[in-house]
Amino acid sequence: MKSFGATMIWAGRRFLSSLPALFGVLVFTFLLMRVLPGDPAVFFASGPNAGKEEIAVIRKQMGLDKPVPNQLLLYLYDVGRGNLGRSIMTGQPVTTDLRNRLPASLELTFAALLIALVSAIPLGVLAALKPGSVIDHGVRLFCALGVCVPTFVSGLLLIYVFYYLLGVAPDPTGRLDVFISLPSSRTGFLMIDFALAGDIDGWWAAFRQLILPAMTMALFVIAPLARITRASMLVSLGSDFVRTARSVGLSRWRIVVTYALRNAILPVITIAGIVFSTMLGANVLVEKVYSWPGVASYALDALLSSDYAPVQGFVLLMASVFVVVNLLVDILYGIADPRVSIG
Amino acid sequence: MTGATLRHTAWILRGNPLTAIAAAGVVLLILIAVFGPQIVPYDPIASNVSQALMPPSAAHLAGTDQLGRDTFSRLIVATRLDLVIAVSAVGISFVLGAVIGAFCGYSGGRLDRTVGRFVDVMMAFPLFVLAMAMVAALGNRVENIVIATAVINLPFYIRFARAEVNVRRNVGWVEAARASGESPISVVLRFLLPNVLPAMAVQMSLNLGWAILNAAGLSFIGLGVKPPTPEWGIMVAEGARFISTGRWWLVAFPGLALMLAVLCFNLLGDGMRDILDPRMRT
Repeated sequence: MKSFGATMIWAGRRFLSSLPALFGVLVFTFLLMRVLPGDPAVFFASGPNAGKEEIAVIRKQMGLDKPVPNQLLLYLYDVGRGNLGRSIMTGQPVTTDLRNRLPASLELTFAALLIALVSAIPLGVLAALKPGSVIDHGVRLFCALGVCVPTFVSGLLLIYVFYYLLGVAPDPTGRLDVFISLPSSRTGFLMIDFALAGDIDGWWAAFRQLILPAMTMALFVIAPLARITRASMLVSLGSDFVRTARSVGLSRWRIVVTYALRNAILPVITIAGIVFSTMLGANVLVEKVYSWPGVASYALDALLSSDYAPVQGFVLLMASVFVVVNLLVDILYGIADPRVSIG
Repeated sequence: MTGATLRHTAWILRGNPLTAIAAAGVVLLILIAVFGPQIVPYDPIASNVSQALMPPSAAHLAGTDQLGRDTFSRLIVATRLDLVIAVSAVGISFVLGAVIGAFCGYSGGRLDRTVGRFVDVMMAFPLFVLAMAMVAALGNRVENIVIATAVINLPFYIRFARAEVNVRRNVGWVEAARASGESPISVVLRFLLPNVLPAMAVQMSLNLGWAILNAAGLSFIGLGVKPPTPEWGIMVAEGARFISTGRWWLVAFPGLALMLAVLCFNLLGDGMRDILDPRMRT
């Protein structure tokens, strides 16, 4: 067992090794702004009729008259101070908008990841326990089909079935019915805020809004998770230590869960990290289908109305979240498997 | 292909009829893409408001949309655009990725490290978001959907080609080629790349399905393809407005088309991998 201190040092080194990627992300978002069609100064000017002088002043203010390396430094300085520009669409600083909307996106993504893990791991284990059985073939068929259905189509079909046909789902727009009062916001995660406030009706309403979009996103990622669980469990069930556990007569549950699954879980963690990044992308589609007020739909609306500062901020945010998640996955991996050390 | 490979292929196809079906499906898709516009029963962009939002019937197999256009005809005609976007995007990243990756894997050193860093940074983005941002930066046009999809596929091909070439750089026949005075460029292009291509072709087939989904996703959110052009993603987007009033066919049929196309390419890719390397079968 590694000591806590060693784990911390290891995690710190892993963090340092992710810094170049973060820097690359920053440079990329900077370039993105520079190659965007048109002059950024025109976008930031008061309106389409802004005079030449006004634009020239704004150019100077934004530092667009300086050489590109200086502009990059200026941009890094701004990002360091948390200044990502102002959205024309909402009139708010991009940082404020993103902060207000990020919890909605994260709540959706984490709920989806939870649903996906809770359904994929048992499916994969069941399939691995009886290779070639009906369950195994069923899981494989489900996986093969699951990766083929685009998220936006499965989302819309879920709306059709649960909202239109069965009438059990609420109106598929937004996070909460407009007539329900918001809980006092502590975390921005509605499920947690309602639970903290002890408001069961509100919690249930938020849960009902959340479940369809979360299922939509989960459907898309159950396939890779179940597939890797199955493959990894097959290896682990065929190993010597499982044979030994069987031979000494341990209970079936103990063999499968304590011995086999615990050893099979590492590749699942890795894939879960990759899956999370897929979900950050899929957020854009799911949030659009369900009019979910998250960061992705914000960036998308901005993109379609040529408001580029929010897009830039969104890309930077997503990439940073992704780098941090990868870091967490690696640390988790190191804790789960003491043999892993960073090279 | 030699006789033995053909026999092996036939044997695999007999044992795995799914691959045969998938191959037939891909051929059918290509035929539809080529001859589609000639065989459709209705003009895909002619509106007929008196027939708007009709459910599927004998006259309109997949119903009609809000302008009375025949969904079935639009689906058929859209096949060409969807396939062209996916195939050209994957083709571009295949060629570029193979060449860049092969040179990195062969030469190692500074080139390899620089490209490796670049690939790492690209992989640090959620790829769909990266594609979105690129279309925004380059301009909202179909060509840019192709470029964006090609770029987000590129890291995988570079890594794949690099790894495949790297393990072969010092094998006997490569040393023989070097010893007989072939230049490094010639060693990579004439000796190493041809040996890597089959494995990469499998990768390409597996990738095509993903590229189709990506391109359709981009046009679903309103990037690239503009109405009234028939394209599966945008057809779903237009149908989305009518789903909560029960007009399922506007979403279900383009969705089905997307699903079947992706399924065919995925199954074909899996089957080709089995033919190429039976050990990797799952």
